[in-house]
Amino acid sequence: MPGTSRRQVLGSATAAALALALTACGGSGSSPSGVDKDGVVTISVNGMPAKTQAVDRKNFMEDVAAFEKSHPKIRIDAREGQMDPKTFAAKLAGGQLEDVYYVYFTDPAGLIQRRQAADISEYVGDVPYFEDIDPALMKVFKDAEGRTYGLPTGNYSLGLLYNRALFTKAGLDPAKPPVTWEEVRAAAKKISALGDGTVGYADYSKNNQGGWHLTSWIYSMGGEVATKQGGRWKAAFDSEAGRKALNALHDMRWTDRSMGTRQLLEIADVQKMMGSGKLGMYMAGPDNIPTIVKQFEREYAEYGLAALPGTATLGGGDGFMFNPKASPEKIEAGLQWVQWKYLRSPEREAVDSKRSKETGVPIGLPQPRLFAGEAQAKIDGIHEQYANTPVENYQPFIERNAQVETKVEPPNAQQLYTVLDGVMQAVLTKEDADIDALLAEAAKKADTILASVK
Amino acid sequence: MSLQPLSAEAEKATDEDGPPSGPVPRTGARAGASRLRRAVRENLVAHLFLAAGVLCFALFSWYPIVRGVLLGFQQVTFAEPARWVGLDNFRRLFDDPLFPTAWQNTGYFTLLALVFGFAAPFATAVVLNELRRGRAYLRMTVYLPVMLPPVVTMLLWRQFYDPGPGLFNNVLETFRLPAQQWLESENLAMVSLVLVSTWANMGTTTLIYLAALGGIPGELYEAAELDGASIRQRLWHVTIPQMRFILMITLLLQVIGTMQVFVEPFVLTGGGPDDATVTVLLLLYRYAFVYNDFGLASAMSTLLFVVLGLFSVVYLRLTRSKG
Repeated sequence: MPGTSRRQVLGSATAAALALALTACGGSGSSPSGVDKDGVVTISVNGMPAKTQAVDRKNFMEDVAAFEKSHPKIRIDAREGQMDPKTFAAKLAGGQLEDVYYVYFTDPAGLIQRRQAADISEYVGDVPYFEDIDPALMKVFKDAEGRTYGLPTGNYSLGLLYNRALFTKAGLDPAKPPVTWEEVRAAAKKISALGDGTVGYADYSKNNQGGWHLTSWIYSMGGEVATKQGGRWKAAFDSEAGRKALNALHDMRWTDRSMGTRQLLEIADVQKMMGSGKLGMYMAGPDNIPTIVKQFEREYAEYGLAALPGTATLGGGDGFMFNPKASPEKIEAGLQWVQWKYLRSPEREAVDSKRSKETGVPIGLPQPRLFAGEAQAKIDGIHEQYANTPVENYQPFIERNAQVETKVEPPNAQQLYTVLDGVMQAVLTKEDADIDALLAEAAKKADTILASVK
Repeated sequence: MSLQPLSAEAEKATDEDGPPSGPVPRTGARAGASRLRRAVRENLVAHLFLAAGVLCFALFSWYPIVRGVLLGFQQVTFAEPARWVGLDNFRRLFDDPLFPTAWQNTGYFTLLALVFGFAAPFATAVVLNELRRGRAYLRMTVYLPVMLPPVVTMLLWRQFYDPGPGLFNNVLETFRLPAQQWLESENLAMVSLVLVSTWANMGTTTLIYLAALGGIPGELYEAAELDGASIRQRLWHVTIPQMRFILMITLLLQVIGTMQVFVEPFVLTGGGPDDATVTVLLLLYRYAFVYNDFGLASAMSTLLFVVLGLFSVVYLRLTRSKG
């Protein structure tokens, strides 16, 4: 019957379409080791700049081509993006996580604990310059047993970024930025007195960034956020240092009124304030300078960088870790890429710095400093030779930063920052904030969070 | 091609065409299975198309829901097989001091959203319905905010709320009233979020009310007018009773929608000041994407699912009884 036949055809077509759709959901058929019959291993890596960053992307692709030429048995499958916690787990679950993936220093501890990164201890011995990497940075990528899970490729320590023009306008010497918190307070007062919506000092208090900066405040006042007592982690910020930090912020906000009226700020807001020329100072690492210059079309000469007042500051950075499902061949190839591209030999550093200078990529910022001893001295010399930023503006940072201890982030950092966010918000939004009570309450919450840290 | 269920004739034919009855009568189950087989055979293409739809729902809607519930009872890293932990995630949830805060804040937001968000569109719709001129233009104006992407709306309102040169404080200043810390004050922050949410979403509800108002028979108003009813009395005795069902439905949909508030606190306050705007979904987001604890996040979403499920049951019952 014609009707039946049409139905059968339609039915078969629908079934076929469904079958195709289901097949399309399946994975690819590449070999698990990633090595083809010619012995060429292909590794997927992220960290490729977006198309909107034309120069950086072009330089990146040139590096990929140069690396593949010098390493004929390795192919790079480069992908855009860096660490995005919103997609990380989904990519890992769906087998889409890159073989070599970018991380911030806040991530490795959790990733190692959850076994979401490959143990690369047995492979790192062959990495050139591995021994020269700053041990303090390597510690971020190690577990309690000393096993290695990644390599650092960038680092920073928080300092004080300031607007040199506003300093001059307020009668301050931009070559001599504040070195104590009292001086920061006095300078902020003078800058905010300029009026017209000018803010002397701004700080974050939203989306865990308040907690991140409060940690640095507490370090700078000589305190700790968490300490290990008898084998267990406990909150340590309900202390004299915690009180001093919060009182300083409270005084600037409510007594001096030098922190503006708008609070609940995060990094993008504060960078915008600095980029629009309405902010005197904020706590930042050197990497903030190029972001502001690029995003708001400013000049490098407009900004200066000082070390953070006090005895210590918070340090962080970024690096690369490896997919826990990556084959040994992929890990070995990935290590070669990370070393070649980011932990460069002095020869390659010179080539890269020369190209950066020619293409306007900033050279001469005081960080990152990835190596220890002579290796770093050589690289510093190369940077000095090709510098295209006003290095003298960063001298206050370089000169005093050596005296300021750089401390790493506390365990379960993000959860602790959520708690400290609340403290920061209370102090910056409530004139009658009870600092003692806030610290005591937050310490109780933090102890619960730290109880799960092994 | 018919998508109708088996007709009475077809059913009859099925019984007549079936194998002759033996000494033992066919059981109800067997007869039912036979009828089902026949029904499927008769409408094969229709059933295949239906199957495609069901499969898509199963894959993209039901499976994630079931998987989400299962994750609530597991510890997952996605690097290794998930480990069953029973009710551990739920226990950890109840231990989190922010857990009750998030539910209280969400309840408070829902309540405020009902006060503002329920009354405002109804009042707007009644006013728009009474207008003789410029109705189409005003309808579009009311609906305009719905077309803005949520994040754009939030950023726009953040400028309005700016305690320095913001629009609202400028207006207050004009009337010599004290400036407010719209988002920075613990007491005002939630109200400020509700105002944004109401402004952004009231267009859709207003249009629904307008459609419902248009469906009220004109004779009712004419009769009321002849009886000498005032505007207020017509509203009270004609409009509201006639719209009772639609008002009830939008109320329930609003409760379901507002309990899932996320974008407003995420963009405007980050949960602050001092946790005053941490909502259930914001906390859930933190568990999943800041702390990477998907087990905990799934346990939280399961609880929210149960609560919203209760509201959905009420909604379904209401719509079914009306139908």
